[in-house]
Amino acid sequence: MMQGLPLLSLAIWAPIIAGVAVLLTGGDRNASAARMIALIGALIGFAVTIPLYTGFNLQQGGFQFVEMRTWIDTLNANYHLGIDGISLLLILLNSLTTVLVVVAGWQVIESRVSQYMAAFLFLSGLMNGVFSSLDALLFYVFFEATLIPMFIIIGVWGGPNRVYAAIKFFLYTLMGSLLSLVALIYLYFSAGGSFSLFDFYQTQLPLVVQVSVFIAFFMAFAVKVPMWPVHTWLPDAHVEAPTGGSVVLAAVMLKLGGYGFLRLSLPIVPDASHLLAPVVIGLSLIAVVYIGLVALVQTDMKKLIAYSSISHMGFVTLGIFLFNAQGMEGAVIQMISHGFISGAMFLCVGVLYDRMHSRLIADYGGVANRMPVFAALFMFFSMANAGLPGTSGFVGEFLVIMGAMQVNFWFAFAAAITLIFGAAYTLWMYKRVIFGAVANAHVGELQDINAREFLVLGVLAVLVLVMGVWPQPFADVLHVSVNELLAHVSFSKLPAQ
Amino acid sequence: MTEMQKLYLLVPLAPLFGAIIAGLFGWAIGRRASHTITILGMVVCLVASIVVFQDVMAGNIFNGPVYTWLASGSIRFEIGFLIDPLSATMMIVVSFVSLMVHIYTIGYMADDPGYQRFFSYISLFTFSMLMLVMSNNFLQLFFGWEAVGLVSYLLIGFWYTRPTAIYANMKAFLVNRVGDFGFLLGIALVLMYFGTLDYAAVFAGAERLSGNTIELFPGVPWSLMTVICILLFIGAMGKSAQFPLHVWLPDSMEGPTPISALIHAATMVTAGIFMVARMSPLFELSETALSFVLVIGAITAFFMALIATVQYDIKRVVAYSTLSQLGYMTMALGASAYSAAIFHLFTHAFFKAVLFLGAGSVIIAMHHQQDMRKMGGLAKYMPITYMTMLIGALANAGLPPFAGFFSKETIVEALHHATVPGAGFAYALAVAGVFVGGFYSFRLVFYAFHGKERFADPHHPDVKAADAEAAAAGHDDHGHDDHHAEAHKPHESPAVVWVPLVLLAIPSICAGWLIGSFLYGNYFGSSIMVHPSHTAMATLAQGFHGVIGMMTHALSTLPFWLAIAGAATAWFLYIVRPELPAKLRRQWGFVVTILMEKYGLDRFNDWFFAGGARALGMGLWKGGDVAVIDNVMVNGSARVVGWFASVIRHVQSGYIYHYAFAMIIGILLLLTLAYIR
Repeated sequence: MMQGLPLLSLAIWAPIIAGVAVLLTGGDRNASAARMIALIGALIGFAVTIPLYTGFNLQQGGFQFVEMRTWIDTLNANYHLGIDGISLLLILLNSLTTVLVVVAGWQVIESRVSQYMAAFLFLSGLMNGVFSSLDALLFYVFFEATLIPMFIIIGVWGGPNRVYAAIKFFLYTLMGSLLSLVALIYLYFSAGGSFSLFDFYQTQLPLVVQVSVFIAFFMAFAVKVPMWPVHTWLPDAHVEAPTGGSVVLAAVMLKLGGYGFLRLSLPIVPDASHLLAPVVIGLSLIAVVYIGLVALVQTDMKKLIAYSSISHMGFVTLGIFLFNAQGMEGAVIQMISHGFISGAMFLCVGVLYDRMHSRLIADYGGVANRMPVFAALFMFFSMANAGLPGTSGFVGEFLVIMGAMQVNFWFAFAAAITLIFGAAYTLWMYKRVIFGAVANAHVGELQDINAREFLVLGVLAVLVLVMGVWPQPFADVLHVSVNELLAHVSFSKLPAQ
Repeated sequence: MTEMQKLYLLVPLAPLFGAIIAGLFGWAIGRRASHTITILGMVVCLVASIVVFQDVMAGNIFNGPVYTWLASGSIRFEIGFLIDPLSATMMIVVSFVSLMVHIYTIGYMADDPGYQRFFSYISLFTFSMLMLVMSNNFLQLFFGWEAVGLVSYLLIGFWYTRPTAIYANMKAFLVNRVGDFGFLLGIALVLMYFGTLDYAAVFAGAERLSGNTIELFPGVPWSLMTVICILLFIGAMGKSAQFPLHVWLPDSMEGPTPISALIHAATMVTAGIFMVARMSPLFELSETALSFVLVIGAITAFFMALIATVQYDIKRVVAYSTLSQLGYMTMALGASAYSAAIFHLFTHAFFKAVLFLGAGSVIIAMHHQQDMRKMGGLAKYMPITYMTMLIGALANAGLPPFAGFFSKETIVEALHHATVPGAGFAYALAVAGVFVGGFYSFRLVFYAFHGKERFADPHHPDVKAADAEAAAAGHDDHGHDDHHAEAHKPHESPAVVWVPLVLLAIPSICAGWLIGSFLYGNYFGSSIMVHPSHTAMATLAQGFHGVIGMMTHALSTLPFWLAIAGAATAWFLYIVRPELPAKLRRQWGFVVTILMEKYGLDRFNDWFFAGGARALGMGLWKGGDVAVIDNVMVNGSARVVGWFASVIRHVQSGYIYHYAFAMIIGILLLLTLAYIR
């Protein structure tokens, strides 16, 4: 019965329609109605993605749940949806994160509640759109549209310097993606007037063109990931964003970049991808090492986690451009795991911020004395952030390091440094914030987390643990897709001479 | 699944169950239920281990998967067990010592608000350690490896309000991570060349790959086995606290004493020794790696023993003694005497647990005072603790017929017969270390248990020195006020404390008598492999004539008399002439300072690595991210756009004649172009 429904469309439009409904509740007088509708919408949005997982055929290659309708006839652009294993995991992550964010913002957001909740629902639907588009123009529209709700979230509910951060975020990412539009239009003509990704995949392109297209895509996706040296928007955005914004930004939005590499760059311009892989790998390793060191000296918890995010996302780009199964599966698993862990880390900081209104490490100390349950959960996520085996944080890093070793010893060497740096910056922060004697009167008055906060963090903790102890169900959905992608990428698309 | 396989699962899962119950529901079920459940779990675990052990001794070796953790590409990563004599021995040691420590904890932690949490942690530790030793593949080994590191971190920082404890636990974790960094790279190389992480498959293919070379630096081919083994050994250096990655272990004494006994003496720190023994089919293929192992072990064994001679903190003496003993085990590994290393691990687990738990008993009696300068003459107040500590010290010093004698003597002899480069150096340091070991062991016994009762005499020069030092350090982190110690006479600890001590003291005496079957009776079978050209243990086997024969033979060897001499020196300095040590310390101030400063390694690490990383991070952040990327590139391009716009803006002036002028110029230009065409 479920098979008959346009599940992907539902995954995109159910949250968006719910968002409209939330907006209709109007001002803050109806805040509780807005919250309730938002929660129901988010839950429905998540519920419709579950049949995607249960109905997903692990053995079948290509794309599943395909929907195809004419969209803009004159451009031959279609409303063409479909998912493979990679998209599936990201859609599930996105829809689940939306539920958690709505719950996390329940009592915390008191002004413009309906707009806040609606922005997250819109964002969720749009990102599902990105993850399921098989038409390049559709992909681009969704990809760009995600900027707007996030821009609003940071700009309206953000901290004191939110306008600078929001504009920096917007311009940085817009600049990146404008070039990719040029590339898409070029490809449209090369593919004989089609925006279908399948046509793009089959189009032969000379190396010079491939390199240009690669660079154009790279600008868009590298900013999103973000890769060094175009990462500086992220710490600012995180610091100013409200907790929910940070969570969605880190947990899902950054993955648009990694996904773009997998869905567009690699299959459309495989030769250029191979040619420029050393550059991307180099930048990724700089992210792991350089950013790890920068994270160490941060005094603001959110900034520290933002830098840690960049460092962990370095594993994603590293894994993708190793061109082997361990690397690529590791990269996707790292994206999912990072979604859980970074989301949880930002939520943990949010818990503290809601109580103390400070993100500075120096304002804390001895929190464990007052918030033992929170301290235990935060410890768990910190260890996961440091890549402890048995948590999801280990799986992706492990696979990518194994994959890197097969390419070059020193790639693995540099990547494995995260074992030390990751533990150093995370545990040092934890020590200064959580351990020790009660540092000041404000800490002394802290209340431990309530049921709502426990629920959100608890769900994430279970996911992190399950994925660490038994990642096989997550990896299973990837195998066929990753193998197909690797096979596709191994064939040259240079025109025959 | 056979009955025996269910039993294999039961061994780690019973402690895990206890840990989960005590950890998650300890607040609800209370103290008594928490310790009952965890201890029951440990009893089940020990009984199951013994049954498994007997089964293995009957010749039933098991190697098989439990579940597939992850499959990627053509590689399957599995969780599975390898149950052979090596792992079965480790299971017995771990579960027995752990059970003793569980019981002891009831007494030691009686007043602690984190009682349930503590039981949960030590059970979780036991689970992790068992998963480590029972593993049949590198991945699960790494899991257990890091998991025991995590629990060690949690337990060192158990008293999380103490600044020293939370510094020590972070240091322990990070130093271990440095080792794990090498370890993981070693595992990655194994996976790359063997295509699997399964022990059996890797060991089967090792011989075939022994001729391979790898060029980490272009044009410099290194033996693949050497690179793999050294990387794996770096992991062992972290976990088993070998120089220069040993720095975390002395600081780990900030944790409660029961875990010092269980984790930082008997079991976790021996994981590195176990791992190298497990990897003997790989290490045997690289003389270079063995040599490296040997030299690192020798440095650790001797130089750490020296530090033990000047420490006042009773736990630190035992901690440095542990470092030294681990060095002996490592040397044995380097000399291809894997069985001797495991034998020493086995005997050491008992007598070091006795020494730590005995030290803990003293610490309880002294109201959490750990400074030996404030002790003295305790023997008559706590006779059971004294007797067990004495047994521990005798075993630690390596005197017959105590357990440590047989294992240590075997190691020294094996080094004598070893042929790998560096064996002579290692032998010399090992023999010298025996003297030092005899000295520091008996220094502890005489200083704490004999002589003047300094705890009752605040004006004794030693006590004054200790107080001055504590005041200078500005910390009184022992939780209790020291002045109260004078009011009470120390007394023997309760039965939950001394019963485990006695139960551990028994094997500290007689575990060594198993040497015949352990080392020379093909006990380990196929679980340890020695290359035919490494003949040390084979030579010893020929000269072995039973336990009594070994003891009588010892009377004519140098190490025995050196140990006696060490003990006698301690007796002379701390019983006959108790004023002499202070005088010697003044005369040899320079040497003592070097030892008290632990050869300056901690300072160097703090300055170079910790400070260096922070400085570099600050430089990259302020210089790279803020100055170059943000200011020049991002805001810079914004400024350029702004500047450009401010120039262009002048064009749009609003004056009709400006526009008209521009139009005329434009038309002229167009006409000119058309004309030229």
